[in-house]
Amino acid sequence: MPGNPMDRIAQATPPGVGRRIRGFSDRTIAWLFVGPSIILLLAVNIFPLIWTINLSFTNFKANRLREVEYIGLRNYERILTDSDTWQSMQATAHFLFWTIFFQVLIGFALAYLINKKFKGNDLWTTIIVLPMMLSPAVVGNFWTFLYQPQIGLFNYVVEFFSGVDASSFSMIGSVSLAPWSIVIVDTWMWTPFVMLICLAGLRSIPDSIYEAAECDRASKWRQFWTLTVPMVLPFLMLAVLFRGIENFKMFDLVVQLTGGGPGSITTLTSIDLKREAFEKWRTGYASAYAVILFVTVFGLASIYVKALNKVKER
Amino acid sequence: MSGYSVTEPSKRQKWFAGLLVITYALVTLMPLLWIIATGFKSPEDAISYPPKVLFEPSLEGYVNLFTTRTRITEGMKEGLQPPANWYEQIVRDSGTVIAGPSRYGQRFLNSVIIGFGSTFLAIFFGTLAAYAFSRFKVPLKDDLLFFILSTRMMPPIAVAIPMFLMFRQLGLNDTHLGMILLYTAVNLSLSVWLLKGFIDEIPLEYEEAALIDGYTRFQAFYKVVLPQAATGIASTAIFCLIFAWNEYAFAVLLTSGSAQTAPPFIPTIIGVGGQDWPAVAAGATIFLIPVMIFTILLRKHLLRGITFGAVRK
Repeated sequence: MPGNPMDRIAQATPPGVGRRIRGFSDRTIAWLFVGPSIILLLAVNIFPLIWTINLSFTNFKANRLREVEYIGLRNYERILTDSDTWQSMQATAHFLFWTIFFQVLIGFALAYLINKKFKGNDLWTTIIVLPMMLSPAVVGNFWTFLYQPQIGLFNYVVEFFSGVDASSFSMIGSVSLAPWSIVIVDTWMWTPFVMLICLAGLRSIPDSIYEAAECDRASKWRQFWTLTVPMVLPFLMLAVLFRGIENFKMFDLVVQLTGGGPGSITTLTSIDLKREAFEKWRTGYASAYAVILFVTVFGLASIYVKALNKVKER
Repeated sequence: MSGYSVTEPSKRQKWFAGLLVITYALVTLMPLLWIIATGFKSPEDAISYPPKVLFEPSLEGYVNLFTTRTRITEGMKEGLQPPANWYEQIVRDSGTVIAGPSRYGQRFLNSVIIGFGSTFLAIFFGTLAAYAFSRFKVPLKDDLLFFILSTRMMPPIAVAIPMFLMFRQLGLNDTHLGMILLYTAVNLSLSVWLLKGFIDEIPLEYEEAALIDGYTRFQAFYKVVLPQAATGIASTAIFCLIFAWNEYAFAVLLTSGSAQTAPPFIPTIIGVGGQDWPAVAAGATIFLIPVMIFTILLRKHLLRGITFGAVRK
């Protein structure tokens, strides 16, 4: 990659031309252009983050005006010893694991099939992609209707195919089914995301590799496991990274679907955090909670990116 | 296709793959079609058992979405004028009269104002920053770019706590300006990353030629680079717009009335005994259709947009 365009111009043109270039210097323009974005991000992201860290050491309650006391690490201690926190972590882990599992499985399978280039595959790909672009809150709210016993379409379809009476179960109301109800909707929404990324991976594999394998008389099965899968793996891992971060932050869809219930069985960390911060108004406590979540997602993502880069290098 | 190719799937494989994918697509489309259909059902049809696939279309859901109604009492009956138009007729048939407009129109307008406002700002600042990152030696470039991306990793609720306090101090709670600034900042990370990718693809030679022709940097930027990046800017703008349009967490926590957008509002549309599903579905349909259209328009750049430019087709 050649350096700065100005250097290249300087080399390629006689000195007279260089002097005709007027206006600000590149350095000034660079700062002028980058500055506003950085300032806005500092104001809306970094400053609040620092404020949050600061609040996390206090007993501040945003709905009460009283002396704010610094209480050291007590908030952190309380959060990490609170069984509710661990329960919400568990709910999040369940949600994360199964959504990613199903989305990878179905997403890859769909991409593999679409890559067979049947007639009209573009049209159907676009249709499959639709759910992921829609507002999770609005769609999630409507799914509570689909999930209703008897009148809901989902229960009726289940009855149609399995014979289980549609009014005999409630996806959202039952403790054993509710965690799956959110997994199903998230999988419905986000499988296309994994599919698109896998499809890009599959399309990046040059035909010549398969032709070479064919010459070596490698079986289709062997080609799949030794060529297709390793070539798509970096793409797949990237998809998992995105889905992992997004679902760790999950709030809108689940809050509309189950509201964290029944009981607290689908209370993901974000929902738990929202309750502490905006219902119980334990601002200091919630700030510490937010810091813990941020550190967790950031830490896990960094480790994962390292692994991803290793796979890419291979 | 000429001749025999080992990589070209056979007719039977294609047929089989097509069948499976189309089946999946139809299943995945069902909830969306159900939303649209429910919007045109009467309240009785919407909650019938078993669910009705065929039904007599009704505009009651749409009328209910845009109006508030009161039940006709015995005393009111004499004084009532005959219904003046079709929607009054619909309302009258269900034993109510129109009391006034609902808040849906205003919430929808809020979504439009906040969506377009934040998109414009995110694109404006994002294009400038992306150009600088793409063309100049910005000190700590990689760190800054990563910093911009990392702002997206924070759970929205975690950001909302200090934002709520900050907005309260500045009087920005429940204002259009507050939401526009917030969404601008959130969208900036997306717009900078995506636009940097698009601008990186524009050959340097165009600008160099312009600079040699005596253009200043600014002129080269807006007369040469901007027109070249137009497609990229347009698709980035749509992604920003869709994000702001769909966003719920900040909206529900930081707005309550005058600046509330549609996503927190639609689930609160209630009728007699719970949610008024035809009205909810009608509201959802009006709200979701624009995004579906944009998705179809964007299909070529979709992958790029949703991966922050990490995967380019």
